Amino acid sequence: MTLFEAILLTVITASTPLLIAAIGELVVERSGVLNLGVEGMMIMGAAVGIAAAITTGSSAFGVLAAVLAGMAMAALFAALTLGLATNQVAAGLALAIFGLGLSGVVGAPFVGVQREGIGAIEIPYLSDIPFLGPVLFAQDPFVYAAFALVAGVSWFLFRTRAGLVLRACGENHASAHALGHHVLRVRFLAVLFGGACAGLAGAYLSLVYTPFWTSGMTAGRGWIALAIVVFASWLPWRAAVGAYLFGGATILQLHAQSAGVPLPTQLLAAMPYLVTILVLVLVMRLRGGGAGPAALGQPFVPDR
Amino acid sequence: MRRLVLERRAETPWALTLASPLLAVALTLVSAVLVFLAMGRDPLEALFVYFVMPVSDLWGLQEVAVKATPLVLIAVGLALCYRSNNWNIGAEGQFLMGAMAGGWLAVSTHGLGAGAWVLPAMLVMGALGGALFALIPALLKTRFGANEILTSLMLVYVAELLLDWLVRGPWRDPQGFNMPQTVVFAPEATIPLLMEGGRLNLGTPIMLLVAVLAALLVARTLKGFEITLVGEAPRAARFAGFDAKRLTWTVFAIAGGLAGLAGVLEAAGTVRMLQPGLSPGYGFTAIIVAFLGRLNPVGCLVAGVFLAITFIGGENAQIMMQMPLDVTRVFQGLLLFYVLGCDTLLLYRVRWVREQAA
Repeated sequence: MTLFEAILLTVITASTPLLIAAIGELVVERSGVLNLGVEGMMIMGAAVGIAAAITTGSSAFGVLAAVLAGMAMAALFAALTLGLATNQVAAGLALAIFGLGLSGVVGAPFVGVQREGIGAIEIPYLSDIPFLGPVLFAQDPFVYAAFALVAGVSWFLFRTRAGLVLRACGENHASAHALGHHVLRVRFLAVLFGGACAGLAGAYLSLVYTPFWTSGMTAGRGWIALAIVVFASWLPWRAAVGAYLFGGATILQLHAQSAGVPLPTQLLAAMPYLVTILVLVLVMRLRGGGAGPAALGQPFVPDR
Repeated sequence: MRRLVLERRAETPWALTLASPLLAVALTLVSAVLVFLAMGRDPLEALFVYFVMPVSDLWGLQEVAVKATPLVLIAVGLALCYRSNNWNIGAEGQFLMGAMAGGWLAVSTHGLGAGAWVLPAMLVMGALGGALFALIPALLKTRFGANEILTSLMLVYVAELLLDWLVRGPWRDPQGFNMPQTVVFAPEATIPLLMEGGRLNLGTPIMLLVAVLAALLVARTLKGFEITLVGEAPRAARFAGFDAKRLTWTVFAIAGGLAGLAGVLEAAGTVRMLQPGLSPGYGFTAIIVAFLGRLNPVGCLVAGVFLAITFIGGENAQIMMQMPLDVTRVFQGLLLFYVLGCDTLLLYRVRWVREQAA
C-alpha cells in the first residue's frame, strides 16, 4: 500500500462520521426543522454504542443501541419543538448540553476499556483492483452505509412523492398543511431519522475510529456536520463533498503534526474549525445569500 | 380519541411569567430525584448535597457568589443578544479571550514592580479582548451572512487552543515544574478581596452593578426598546428606522465585552493565573442562565445564583458521593428543556380536545 493510498484511507475514515451525521441533519432541515443538538445526539450514540457493545460483547448490538439512543434524544427534541412549539435554536443547544452531560455519566464505567474495532469488509474481486480496490472496496461497513445513505436520501428527496411532501413542509408549512399533509408528523419522522444518523455517526467514533470511550470525544464534529449542511446548500451529494473536504483538513493537520511541520500543534489542531468558518463565509459569498428551506426554524402550530 | 392542542393566548397572564421558571426548577428537582434513584443513590441525601449544602454556611454562600459572578456577567450580555435574535453561543471563547488579553498584561509586567494602574488596565483589556473576539462572528454575519451560531461556536475551540498554546509555550511559568500555567499574578495584578481570608472579591460588586445597568438599559432606554423590537418584530423595527446590522454589532460587542470582563475577573481574581481549565464551561452554562432568567438582566441574576449552586453541589457530590461531575451537566440540560417547555405555557393555552372525524 502506498503512502498516498494510506492517506486516502484515513481521510475516508475521518470523513465518514461527518457525512453520516450531516446527511441526517440535511433531511431534518429539509423538513423545516433546525436541530442544533447534533453534537449531543452523536456523543450519546458514541457512549451508548460502546457501553452496549462491551456489555453484550457484540458490535452489532452496540450499533443498534447507538442508533436507538440517537433517536431517543431526537424524540426529546421533537417533543419540545414540535409538541410544544418552543424555540428550535434554544432547544437544540439544550440537547447538545444535555447529551454531553448524560454521555459522560453513561460512559463513566467504560473509560479506558479497550476493545477490538469493527473491521473492514473486503468485497471479493473488487478489492483486488489496483489502487481503487483497497481504497473503495476494503472499508468498514460504515463507509458503505454512508454512501448508501447519500444515494438513498438523494433518491428519496428528489425522486419520491414522500420526499416532495417533506420538502414542501420545509418550504411552506402552511401550504403543506392546507393540502392535507400532516406537517408535524412529517417533521417528527425527519427529526427521528436525523437522530438515528447522528447516533450511527457516534457509534462509528467509539466502535471504529477510536475504539474506546473518552468524555467529549466528538470534539465538535456534530457542529461541523451542521456547517457541512449549509456548505452543501442542502443537497446530499454536495454534503459528501463537504464531509470529505473537512475530513481531509483534519487528516492533513494530523499528518503535518507527525511530519514535524514547524508550527504549534495547537494551530494545526485549530485548522478544521478555522476551515469551517472560512468555508461558511466563502459559500455565503459565492451564493450571495441563504438558499435554505424557507420555513427552516419556524415553529408550526396547526389551526384546528 | 383525545389529543393535546396548543391555542395561542391573546395575552399572557402576569403571574405565569413568574410561575413558569419556578415550575421549570421544580420539574428539574423531580427529575433529579429520578436520576438519583436510577443511579442507585439515596435521593434525599443527594438533593441535600446538591442544592442545600452549598447555601448552608458562610463559606458556601461565598463560593456561590464567586461562581455566580461570571455566570451572571456573561448571561446578561447573552440576554441582550438573544432578545434581538442574535445567536451568540461562543461566550466561552470570548471569556477565554478576555482572560488572555488581561492576563497578557499581568504576565508581561510581572516582577517589574508596576504600579496600581495595572489592574484597571487589565480589566479594560479583558473587556476589549472579549468584545473584539465577539465582533468576528458579528462581522461575518452582517458582511457575508455567515451563520453566527456556527462561527461563534467554532471560535470557542480556537480560543481554547490559543490558551493551551500560550500556557504551554511563551507564557509558561519558568519555575512552574513544566506545568501548563502562567506565573501566579503579582498583587498589583490581582483583584482585591472584599474581606480578609475570604474568597469574595471585587468582581461580585462589579457584576451587580452591570446587572443593574443592563436592567435600566432594557427597561428605560431607546436602545433597550430597539433591541427588543428588532428581535420581536424585525419588520416594524425596519420601518421605525432601526439598523439591524448595527444592532448586531452592538449586542455582540456588549456580550463579548462582558464575557471578556468575566474572564479577566476570573483569571485575576479567583484563579490568579492562566491555565487550560480556567473555565468549567461558564460560557455554555450562561446560555441556560439567560433563558432561565427570561432574557431579563434581573432574572439572570436570580438564575445565575441558582446555577452557581448546582456547580458547587456537583463538586460536593463528586467529593462526598463519588458522583460523576457530568451529572451537573445533565441537570443543566434538563433545566433548559423545562424552561423552554414551560415558556410554551406563556404563549399558548394547552388543551385536550376530542379528535374530530376528518
